Amino acid sequence: MVNSRRDFIKVSAIGTAGIMAIDPITKAIGNTFAAKKGPVRTPTYCEICFWKCAGWVYKDDEGNLNRIVGHEDDPSCNGRLCPRGSGGLGMYNDEDRLKFPMMRVGERGKQTFKRVSWDEAFTYIADKLETLKKEHGPECAALFTHGSGGDYFGRLIKAYGSNNITAPSYAQCRGPREVAFIATFGQGLDSPEPTDIRDCKCLVLIGSHIGENMHNGQVQEMSDAIDKGATIITVDPRFSTAASKSKYWLPIKPATDMALLLAWIHVIINEELYDKKYVEQYTTGFDQLKAHVAANTPEWAYGITTIEPNVIRETARTMAKEAPATIVHPGRHVTWYGDDTQRLRAVAILNALLGSWGRRGGFYNPEKAKVPAIPTPEYPHPTRTWRDAMGGKYELADLALANGVCTATIPNAQMDCHIRAWIVNGTNLIETLPERHKTIEAIQNLDLMVVVDTMPMEITGWADIILPECTYLERYDSIRASQYREPTIALRMPAVQPKYETKPAWWMAKQLADKMGLGAYFPYKTHEEELDWQLKQMGTSLEEMQRVGLKKFERHYDDLYFKEGEPQEFLTDSGKIELYSNTFASAGFDPLPVYTAHPQPEDGFYRLNYGRAPMHTFTRTANNPVLTDIMDENTVWVNPKVAKLWGFANGQKVWLKNQDGVVSSFPIAVRITERIRWDSVFMVHGFGHANKLLTRAYGRGASDSEMITHVDIDPIMGGTGMRGNFVTFLTEKAEGGAKV
Amino acid sequence: MRYAMAIDTKKCVGCSDCVVACQAENNVPIGFCRDWVVEVTDGTYPELELENRSERCNHCENSPCVRCCPTGASHYAEGGIVLVTEDKCIGCSACITSCPYDARYVHPKGYVDKCTFCVQRLKNGLKPACVSVCPTKCMYFGDLEDPNSDVSKVLKTRKHKTLIPEAGTKPHLYFLI
Amino acid sequence: MREEIIVSGRMNELIDPHLQVWNWEIPAYLFLGGLAAGILFFAGLMTLQGKEKEFETTIKRAPLFTPLMLGIGLLFLFLDLKHKLYFWQLYTTIKLESPMSWGAWTLLIIMPVSVAWAGMYIKTIFSNFKWPYPNIAEAFEWISKQKTILAWIMVITSVILGIYTGILLSAFNARPLWNTSILGPLFLTSGLSTGAAFIMILSKDEHERHALARIDLLLIAIELFLIIHMFMGFRASTQVQIEAANMFLGGTYTAIFWTFVVVLGLVLPAALEIMSLKKLKVPYYIAPALVLMGGLILRFIMVYAGQMSRWLY
Repeated sequence: MVNSRRDFIKVSAIGTAGIMAIDPITKAIGNTFAAKKGPVRTPTYCEICFWKCAGWVYKDDEGNLNRIVGHEDDPSCNGRLCPRGSGGLGMYNDEDRLKFPMMRVGERGKQTFKRVSWDEAFTYIADKLETLKKEHGPECAALFTHGSGGDYFGRLIKAYGSNNITAPSYAQCRGPREVAFIATFGQGLDSPEPTDIRDCKCLVLIGSHIGENMHNGQVQEMSDAIDKGATIITVDPRFSTAASKSKYWLPIKPATDMALLLAWIHVIINEELYDKKYVEQYTTGFDQLKAHVAANTPEWAYGITTIEPNVIRETARTMAKEAPATIVHPGRHVTWYGDDTQRLRAVAILNALLGSWGRRGGFYNPEKAKVPAIPTPEYPHPTRTWRDAMGGKYELADLALANGVCTATIPNAQMDCHIRAWIVNGTNLIETLPERHKTIEAIQNLDLMVVVDTMPMEITGWADIILPECTYLERYDSIRASQYREPTIALRMPAVQPKYETKPAWWMAKQLADKMGLGAYFPYKTHEEELDWQLKQMGTSLEEMQRVGLKKFERHYDDLYFKEGEPQEFLTDSGKIELYSNTFASAGFDPLPVYTAHPQPEDGFYRLNYGRAPMHTFTRTANNPVLTDIMDENTVWVNPKVAKLWGFANGQKVWLKNQDGVVSSFPIAVRITERIRWDSVFMVHGFGHANKLLTRAYGRGASDSEMITHVDIDPIMGGTGMRGNFVTFLTEKAEGGAKV
Repeated sequence: MRYAMAIDTKKCVGCSDCVVACQAENNVPIGFCRDWVVEVTDGTYPELELENRSERCNHCENSPCVRCCPTGASHYAEGGIVLVTEDKCIGCSACITSCPYDARYVHPKGYVDKCTFCVQRLKNGLKPACVSVCPTKCMYFGDLEDPNSDVSKVLKTRKHKTLIPEAGTKPHLYFLI
Repeated sequence: MREEIIVSGRMNELIDPHLQVWNWEIPAYLFLGGLAAGILFFAGLMTLQGKEKEFETTIKRAPLFTPLMLGIGLLFLFLDLKHKLYFWQLYTTIKLESPMSWGAWTLLIIMPVSVAWAGMYIKTIFSNFKWPYPNIAEAFEWISKQKTILAWIMVITSVILGIYTGILLSAFNARPLWNTSILGPLFLTSGLSTGAAFIMILSKDEHERHALARIDLLLIAIELFLIIHMFMGFRASTQVQIEAANMFLGGTYTAIFWTFVVVLGLVLPAALEIMSLKKLKVPYYIAPALVLMGGLILRFIMVYAGQMSRWLY
């Protein structure tokens, strides 16, 4: 039915598009405006967060980028990208992007740069690195990375002779979880976590805010679980979005989760609710565990957690009733109080008692495709690493600690030579690492600091050389081989030519390698060559992948779940699931998790709780024009009782001051809400940018990282516990705020 | 044919992907939106309830906007979709004033704009952009007169409400509660 | 505590945090429309009653201003349009359900009527006025012969115009404050009252002024009755209308409304008119000036407050 001329035009426009949409895939993903010439769409996988959903980039008839849509077959997104992925074009269109290679001309950190050519930049870096190698050895260089470019710079730095490669996603995020699960099951969780949420009947979230963290596949599966009537139990001092979807919300007193976990274990053991067959067949240390938690009654935990004993019992019984389809979710950002590995051990133990590891509705056995590496000469063997600065501590850390590398950069007694050169790829260390003063001290001790990024960030202001990377929509990157129920690979290819003078990371690394005489480690002219070689080894080709975007493979290894009663080998010391950890015992740590009381805020101070908003990824998206349109600043959540005490009006701007006297650089609006406990405040991470080159993000909201100056280091793996910071409010800006 | 949409408030997490997808699909200028997400919290800590709602034009059966439009720019299209004909709209804002849901805005070009249920996609057999992208799959769309449509099926089994039915507009945006 | 927020960041200044789509143009337009309607109504009515002698200002002088008032009013309305070049679309259709539509058509009729009326009398007022073309003069000669018909048209269309200024708002059920059928009669009465007031200021004839003052007193009494009736209606209605009324009964608009509209705009001028009827010495222009001010403020308050009143869900 045509109602107007305009409708008629629209109908006829669609008519032509409709003919193009015969291809069933095109039709399914809703390409209503297929271009008449040239490629209609190109595959990519998203770079806005670590979930890396595969998708298609569409162009309009004029060849302009039009939109990004999820890949139907990708288990990360099932054809549905999250708001950040859907808003990915904002990253490409952001006029504040880094545009040219820049070289520092003034004092470090003063943000005075001159534009240089790529060659000048590479020559400067190569010369500096050569000198450093001669004078101090190659081990004095380090790479901080988050995102795809790490692959190439990693190769470069390994070829150069250093193994100091680190990502803040470990010691500032999921590290304790990995160590705890490796200690218990002999296997970490990795990413995406192999949680079988879509089939679970009971999902337990401890401080994990799925839905606010937009871990796409998990959010989708949680939604499926809700549809199927799964019981959700959420433990959080904040009424999170997930809590609002939960049958049980346990508004726990912050920093007391361990007591609750031990009480749950106590109930499950003492009421004999655990999976007896599973525990007997697969685990070791049950008797020690039973004795260990004998005193951890719900009544004991009530005094600590403020969660009523009957609620603790009822939730424990629900978990056991639905087991093994019960997931006690390990969470992701778990560096809270310094005893995080032990807390995650308790989570792992709980899952073991419920028999959910390796079972449908619990944790499945993930598999990822193996992408062969192109043959290169062997890498040199470094004789020193950042670990030398740790005094023998954190040996159980299975990956490098970003804060450890930072420590090893500050001249210290343990190392005859501290780290002197950093390459920082796609991670805004100023906002990512706690204890900002320490990060800056480390930077001030560097001879060379190279920052690779797409956007000006706080960290780029400290660089000696800034290398502007093109966005993920303008480049090739390594094959994505994420672990899932079945192995998949996904291709990212440029949808458009890079804007400005930006370049892909692979090109930068290769150019640098050539300049430094390390070209043999990058034995190809273009990345396409390498990708095609790799893909052909896997039975496909670059040409096919450009067409299909994503490919699934058959599973090669174990089954998705344990076969009933079949023996299983676990990669622990004992070959069993270690309820009692021999590894921890022999390293001198508690073999079973123990509750430790953590400090609570003093009068007038509130625990700084921080987290995510579904529209943003860390500090990375704070200037994205599409996403700032949805959310352009953070607020500090304050309970109405607290607001009354302070006489706050909703939306009033305040400055935050923490227990160490650090005052936020920018004011933040108060959000008066019942969703937060009276002893805490909450703010979304990633705002309060201090770099004026971010025209939309500068000074919008406040930075939680700036307030995190107190860190409780996890003695087991060196994770930085960041939830022990307390803030108070200033209604007027006082002197003494930290400056960056 | 009677198009309608149902949004499951028990699944919606308020991520606003629907808004971003709509802006891309319909070239909505930055700073404006055809749909938006509301979060309502009720109660006192810790006795709380929260509802997330993705809202947009309700495509009312008794639309005050269509009634008050002096030029007929606002009109009913097939399936009860309420549309605005850009070059008939004089920008008098009467429809904006008449809408109890505040679902309309003035496009920078001067005419009034709003959700169209992505009529251009519907004609191609596709779901509206917001529905197709929602990560929680909390949106259901279809023909109310077709008992087998997603929306009919979910409304049959789930308790639901409409917003301000007492305004008498007969809205066709349903919220599953 | 109940908290309702838009998490997707919608901050459309026309609708958030509350409707603000109509600014000064609309109340000014409504005021001018009502005023012109009032003047034309009395001019027509007195003509039909054959009181040309007693009501000279009413019939001959005051209507001279109405084309200008309507013109400026229309200009204000035009200024408010956001898609101005498509203005003509108003006259491509007649939509009976849309007050805006029949308001546009009414204006299309009343505008030439007011011009004709004014043109008819311009020579009586300005004796040395001359039409540039003889045809025009002839046309107005012809019109004067149809005076009675014109007067009928004027009385009817001015009542429609006066009611329209109120119904334009009351048709919006989305804004509970406006959604009362009292608004049509109220704005009509107020329009007639301001019209009478305007004539009173112009008139140099005390008899005419007193006659109009008597009419105005009745209009003021009706207006007060309608206002009280309106709030009684709101108070007895749904929650949203109770809340709408509360803006005037303790809320934001209480002081300004009761002071400027009711006391200074209705009660005080009524008292002054009674005093002058009782032959007490009061400057004759104060009461009508207050009535005009009250009428203007009434429309501003109703338009702005109405946009703040809304359904809650």
